[in-house]
This record gives sequence, structure tokens and C-alpha cells, in this order.
Amino acid sequence: MQEVITEDALELSKNWKLPDRGKVGVLFLIVTESALFTIFVVAYIVYIGKSLTGPQPKDVLELPILSSICLLSSSATIVFAERALHKGALAMFKLWWAVTILLGLEFLVSTGVEWYNLIYKEGLTISTNLFGTTYYSLVGLHASHVIVGMGFLLLVMAVSLAGFPIQTQMRRVMFLSWYWHFVDAIWVIVFTVVYIIGR
Amino acid sequence: MATIDYPIHQKIEYEEFSFSETFYKWVATVDHKRLGLMYIVTALVFLVIAGIMAGVIRLQLAFPNGHIVDPDTYNRLFTMHGTTMVFLVGMPMVAGFSNYLVPLMIGARDMAFPRLNSFGFWIFLFGGCLLYFSYIGGNGLNGAGSAPDVGWFAYSPLTAKAFSRGASTDYWILGILVSGIGSIASALNVIVTCISMRCPGMTMSKMPMFVWVMLIDSWLIVIALPPLSAAQIMLLIDRFLGGTFFNTQAGGSAVLWQHFFWIFGHPEVYILIFPAFAILSEIIPVFSRKPIFGKPAMVGAVVAIGFISLGVWAHHMFAVGMSSWSNTFFTASTMLVGIPTGIKIFNWTATMYGGKLRFETPMLFCIAFLLQFLVAGLTGIMLSVAPFDWQLHDSYFVIGHFHFTLVAGLIFGIFAGIYYWFPKATGKMMNEKLGKLHFWLFVIGVNLTFIPMHFLGFLGMPRRIYTYAPNRGWETLNLVTSLGVVVQMIAIAIFIYNVLHSVLKGAKSGDDPWDAWTLEWATSSPPPEYNFEKVPVVRSGRPLWDLKHPDDPDWRFE
Repeated sequence: MQEVITEDALELSKNWKLPDRGKVGVLFLIVTESALFTIFVVAYIVYIGKSLTGPQPKDVLELPILSSICLLSSSATIVFAERALHKGALAMFKLWWAVTILLGLEFLVSTGVEWYNLIYKEGLTISTNLFGTTYYSLVGLHASHVIVGMGFLLLVMAVSLAGFPIQTQMRRVMFLSWYWHFVDAIWVIVFTVVYIIGR
Repeated sequence: MATIDYPIHQKIEYEEFSFSETFYKWVATVDHKRLGLMYIVTALVFLVIAGIMAGVIRLQLAFPNGHIVDPDTYNRLFTMHGTTMVFLVGMPMVAGFSNYLVPLMIGARDMAFPRLNSFGFWIFLFGGCLLYFSYIGGNGLNGAGSAPDVGWFAYSPLTAKAFSRGASTDYWILGILVSGIGSIASALNVIVTCISMRCPGMTMSKMPMFVWVMLIDSWLIVIALPPLSAAQIMLLIDRFLGGTFFNTQAGGSAVLWQHFFWIFGHPEVYILIFPAFAILSEIIPVFSRKPIFGKPAMVGAVVAIGFISLGVWAHHMFAVGMSSWSNTFFTASTMLVGIPTGIKIFNWTATMYGGKLRFETPMLFCIAFLLQFLVAGLTGIMLSVAPFDWQLHDSYFVIGHFHFTLVAGLIFGIFAGIYYWFPKATGKMMNEKLGKLHFWLFVIGVNLTFIPMHFLGFLGMPRRIYTYAPNRGWETLNLVTSLGVVVQMIAIAIFIYNVLHSVLKGAKSGDDPWDAWTLEWATSSPPPEYNFEKVPVVRSGRPLWDLKHPDDPDWRFE
């Protein structure tokens, strides 16, 4: 079969632009992860105040203000890092990236300390009551996402410190920062549900 | 004005490969066509396995006081039959057809993420094997094993550690959880492919109906599967870490499991039926020699189903005792889905109206689908009325209803698709005589099996009973149902013979045996690994019509 390709068809294929597949992919990964989190959040809300035995949230939970500030501001520092990378300021990129990692690390450590206190001082485990079950599941699901993000953040840090030209991977750095923003946004919801509504 | 060859028909060189080379080529492939075929063949294998289970179930129920299997085995049989059919037959059919056809139809080289695609297939297969390993390891490998026996929706508290001892329920959870990851990966891939990989000129409105339906189907998978995964993770926490999500003695709620399961479970039935919608939307126009009637309305209807179906789940739970407001809401939303579905049925019929119909096997399956799916839809509307559902909940009426949607609906669509695209995938035609024999036997078998089930439901036969007493008036209908299964099995055997025979000795099909209009027929049969030598440029929804009729192209009217 033969076809005469007219000028406008050639023009059409020259000007044919579609959304970046990586962007669309990460976007829908976030959509599907959101669906997963929604169910855990719903379960938490449904079971607020339904525990038959103590300890209750108001007895044992303290607002994790400092670690929340750290996690949320890491969303800003990762943007600063990205901007530095766009400008080609590699040293600044590494600096802001390291700050992001430290802030994320602070969040994980304080979650660890919180859990340690809850388990060993307050005697709240995942099998103690409904509060324990839903609390450790929801906060743990979020923390596991932070850990995955940390893994990737450290990977980027390691390769750029080893001299790998990270400015060639700007798209991937951007996807990672999208994921990191998503994890932070989820924390806003988890914080509201667990520490404000649920207490 | 430049003249170029398009589409490209190059010769495929058939080289001789040793077994290990061929094996390696299939196992290590990231090619969407090979992965698509692997999905479909895997699904067909599981279809036969779960079909044999259905056969044993019907043998047990053919006569009153049946003693072919004991009650425990019977519970395992219906659990594994349902789980297999939904997760290991329906889901890979979705993935298989969309994998094989979406890139070809939109003129792409491959899916957006080929390696993710391969990962999706293998993790799905691993999940399937894990589920079936429960037959050996269900009791922890100490002596005789056992399969899950909690039903395909695994209601709580039956799944609690106290009531489901051994590891069989854990195999159910993990097998489905793992294969679900594969389904999500494959759906994500289809979405990105549809959005980011279309060939020049193919705007969203020019995408073939098949691609549209598969795009919305993938959207539903991405939204609706995670709730099941979440609920299964909670169940794992309950079973292994002593959590109390679904433990009513600690204040947990067994009804919450039902909500979470059906938030997945109801969109799931649309996920399963969508491939049939997609296939019909391609076959009916080609075999009626008319463009599809009212394509924007068809697209709108699919999108509408993609959203409304997310809000109907609790119509599975009318008998659980919800508030009358909930009952009213879910009755209304369920009836609402009938509207877009009705639009689709009307438009397929309108496509055929006044067309030059060709009654070949793919078209026959489509026509039977239209009639039978209409019946299935109408019984669905009956069940959406809460008081009616209270009367017939968990009866054989429900069994008859959803087997009519999935067997008389989905499976007919799948067979239509296989007969239609078999020449594309293999370069051989399927035998038309055997195809028609398969069709008529299958129509007779399916209707013999599933119509009497509705009446058994009216007569009060509950689902999931392993046997029944002889004085209930159920004997004749049960016997007819079981005889229908025999006819179905003969039909499926003819189909399998037809596939094998046609692969080996079928007549050569040529590249475009049906005189069709979508891009997959522009390349050779079977398509080369790179699909199209030159990236096609399209200017209408029927690019091959434009090619074949340069004096009367579609784009003049679009």
C-alpha cells in the first residue's frame, strides 16, 4: 500500500508532542498509592474511640511538632536542591540534598523514639487494642514510604558524591522530588487524622 | 509531496531456533506482543483448571445427596474456582489483550515501560503459582495440604486465625496480593502508553474505541485494586501480628472487611467486563461494514461507568443490615450504571442496523454477547432493588446473574477477540467450521447451565451448599445445569483443538483478512518485533479506511 504524505502530515509529525511518559507514570503511581493510603486512613477514622481497652490516644500520644516541621521543610529544601541543579550549581545541589536527607532522617529517628516509648513505656503494641493496630499500621505505612524515599535520596547523594554527572539525570531527580512531596502531603493527612482528630 | 511506503509489509524471516534459544526468547522478552500472548495463554490454562473445578462442583450437585466430594473439599473447590476465574483468568485477559493490541492500535513501538511490563507478568504468574501451591503447602507441609476454603471474597471473621487454621488463607492473601501488584503495574503501563505513546496525528478523540475502553479499564484497576491490597495487608496484620482490624471481640468490625472488599470488588466486575466491551467495539463495526455508531457517546458512557462504578459497592451488602439511607443510595447508584451500559448496547445495535452484516465466528460471538449480556444486565437491575435482594441474596439467582455477565458476557467477548485477532498474532486463520460448531455448542451449553440457576434461586436454593435433599423440587433444574456444563466442556475442547490445529496447519491469513480499519492490520501478521518500520501518521479514527479509500477519506468528515 502506498500513501501520498502531504505537507501538512509531515508538519503534523514534526510538531507532535505528547506528555513525558515518566511524568505520567509517576503521577499515576501517586494516584494508586493514594488509593492505598485512603483505605488505611478510613480504617483509622472508623476505629477512633472504638478500643475496648487502654491505652487511649489522648493518654499516650504527644504532638510530633519538631519532626513534622522537619519533614515538611524537607519538601522545600529538595526544591532548592533541584533549582541549584537546574542552574548547574552542583555544590549547592549537594548541600541542599544533604539537608533534605538530614531532615528526613530526623523524622525517622523521632518516629523510632516515639514508637520505642509507646512500646516499652506505655505498653502499646500492634496487638494491644484497636488504637494500637490502626496507629502502627497507618504511621508504619507512611514511615515505610519515607524509608523508601530515603533510600533513593541516599542513592542520589552517593552517586553525585562519587562524581557521577547527576545533572544528566534531572528528570529522575524531579520524579524523586515529586514522590517526596507526595510522602510529605500524606504526612499532613496522617498528622491531622492521628494527632488532631484522633486525640 | 513525497511518496513513501506505508504501511510497511516486510518479510519475516523464519529462522530455526533450538529449544533453549526459543525458551530464552520467551522468558527474557520485554516485547509487548510476546507478553500479551503469554498473559492470554496463561489465562486460558487457568480457565481450563478452574473450569474442571466447576465440572466437579456440578457433578456433585447433579443429583441430590451427591457424594463425589466431601464438604471440606467442596468449600475449597468453589473458593479456588472463584478466585482463579477472577484473578487468574479475568485479570490476565485484561492485561493480555491490552498489552498485545494497545501499542499496535496507537502506532507505537512498544508499551511505555517494557521492563515493568515483563515484571508485571512474572509477578502475576508467581502469585498464581503461590495460590496453587496451597494444595501442597496449605497446612504447612506437614502431611496433606489444603487449599483456601473461605470463599473468593473471604468474609471476616471466617478468615481469623481461630477459624482458618493452617496457612491456606495466608496463601490466598499472599497469592492475590502479589498478583495484584502485577495487575497494577500492567494497568499503569497501559495508561501511560495511551497518554504518551500515540503516533503523530492520533489525538485522544481519534483513538480506537478498544484503546479508550482499555484506558478507562486501567484507570479502574489503578483506583480499585489498592483497596483490596490494603484490606489484605490488614488481614495479614490480624493473622500474623495479632492485630484487631476485623476481630469483633476486640471492637473491630467484620462489616468493614465487606466494605473494603467490595470497594474493590464491584469496580472489579467492570474491570472484568470492559475487555469484552472493547473487543465488541472493534468487531461489530468491521463485520457490519459501518463505522461505530455515536463514538463520542460510547466514550462518554465508558468514562461514566469508570466513575459511577466506584460508588455502588454496598449493593453486595444489602442483607448485612445497613441504614435505609445507605440502601437507597446504593440502589439508586446501581441503577444509574444501567444508563451508560444501556447506551453501549443501543449503540452496538445501531452500528449493526442497516449494515452489511458478515456472520463469521467473531461476529456470532458478539451478537450472542449482546443478547445474553442484556439478560445479565436486567437481572442486575432486579438485584439492585434492596428488598428484591433481601429475598434472593446468596441464592442461586445471584450465581446465575453473575455467571451470565462473566461467562455469557465476558467469555463470549474473549472468544470473539481470539477468533478476530488470531490471524494477526499467528498469520493463520482459525477453522471457520470448527469455530461455528464451538459457537453453537457454547451458546447451548451456557444457556442450559445458567438459565436454570435463576429459577433454582427463586425456588430457594442457597449458594455454596455441597449437597441437597431430594424433596425440594430442585432435582430437574440441577440436572439440566450439570448437563449444560458437559456441552460447554465439549465446546471448549473443540476450541482448544481448533487453536492448536490452526497454529500448526491453518490457512495463511494475509495481513488484513477482515478488511479492517485500525492500525494493527497495517503491519504484517504476525507483526515484527518493532511493529512498524516507519512511524505511521494518522488523520482520522479509521486510518486504514483512509489508506484504502484515498478518494473518500474519513478525515474530511471529522
